[in-house]
Amino acid sequence: MSDSESPSPLTQQPEALRYALLLNWGTRIGFTVLVCSFTAYLFGLLPPHVPLDQLPAVWHHPVAVHLQLTGTPTGWDWLTLTHKGDFVNMIGIALLAGCSIPPLLAVIPLFIKRRDFAYAFICALIAGVLVLAASGILTSGH
Amino acid sequence: MMLAIILPLALPAYAAESVVPVSILPWWFWPLALFITCFLIGIVAVPAGIGGGTLFVPIIGGFFPFHLDFVRGAGLMVALASALAAGPMLLRGGLSSLRLALPLALLASMSSVAGALLGLALPAAAIQIALGIVILGIVALMLASKKSEFPLVAQPDRLSSALRINGVFIDGASGQTIDWQVHRTPAGLLLFVLIGVMAGVFGIGAGWANVPTLNLLMGAPLKVSAGTSGLVLSLVDSSAAWVYLNRGAVLPMIAVPSVIGMMLGARIGARLLNVLKGSVIRKLVIALLVFAGLRALLKGAGIWL
Repeated sequence: MSDSESPSPLTQQPEALRYALLLNWGTRIGFTVLVCSFTAYLFGLLPPHVPLDQLPAVWHHPVAVHLQLTGTPTGWDWLTLTHKGDFVNMIGIALLAGCSIPPLLAVIPLFIKRRDFAYAFICALIAGVLVLAASGILTSGH
Repeated sequence: MMLAIILPLALPAYAAESVVPVSILPWWFWPLALFITCFLIGIVAVPAGIGGGTLFVPIIGGFFPFHLDFVRGAGLMVALASALAAGPMLLRGGLSSLRLALPLALLASMSSVAGALLGLALPAAAIQIALGIVILGIVALMLASKKSEFPLVAQPDRLSSALRINGVFIDGASGQTIDWQVHRTPAGLLLFVLIGVMAGVFGIGAGWANVPTLNLLMGAPLKVSAGTSGLVLSLVDSSAAWVYLNRGAVLPMIAVPSVIGMMLGARIGARLLNVLKGSVIRKLVIALLVFAGLRALLKGAGIWL
């Protein structure tokens, strides 16, 4: 993830360089947030929703049973629990899972400028799939 | 058809799932063991030339007390984090192609969402059996597949010509400038649909399947295939990971030590690349996969709980 790697003008197009730059920063931010929040969770700086010593009694259950036993919310409802040590980690996890969306959207204008409409459309479609998956619409009702 | 065979085998073990013994060890033992295991997996995964996610799910799912739902959620996060860590550098260096990755990633991300939904709907024992079969299949693929550094692509197919899927990269080893193009794109797209489903169902990432498809089927140079595989993985695993996240199947106490352990181990593994004997590590990883694959198969069938 080093910025010092100078790209060869022979090998890469501007859209690839822009994609790499944004993905690099998204990944760095996600990792930093994840490590900080997990440290806070592990050392008890934030009280957890599920007490740490009770985890072994619930982590062997299927997810549906686990949710019932722990009162854990699904979808984006975890946002209401980010003051809890376990749920604050979901911010870093969501940042990592979502950090491909900004690069995909950012390269669309570059493809359009080069009249490469097929790739602009493909980028928009992948971003759409990611947003749809992230929205929780597909998993609601289960 | 595969599921029709697996489900009856899995039913006795599914009934036995509710009697899985609760660990008597203190809570911190398992995250610590997870961190150390992932650190070691990270070290051997790089010289063995496979993604850490491929080893993670069968080993952690087979020998740790976590439910397979959480192991698969963590497995996707591990595979995603590894792909994201290497992706930008490979893209800048010309070893990863956006033009090659994007069309494949589109279909594979859609199918990985479907795979994740399917995986979370099936009983864990059925997934364990199918996972065992897939892992043993990966071993067979690792033993049988031959890699081609620079495959010959005499004529690109119509689809790859229309999408201008080609490129130039400078091979660091020889200093040569290599022009590449691909063929059999429709077949490649079809295989990536299947790869996406498997990534979503099993949470194992899919580098083991991406590279042979890109290199042997589509004819991309080996280094471009390996680099582009990471970029495709970052999109495919993101899509599937969101499904697991929204369903509550990503448990931070399992996912985060795994991600950190794997990332640290992979950094050591990359540094040891020239010191460790690749062939010895590869044999060790194959032996581990055979053991973990058999364990998954027997655990799913209720024979070895």
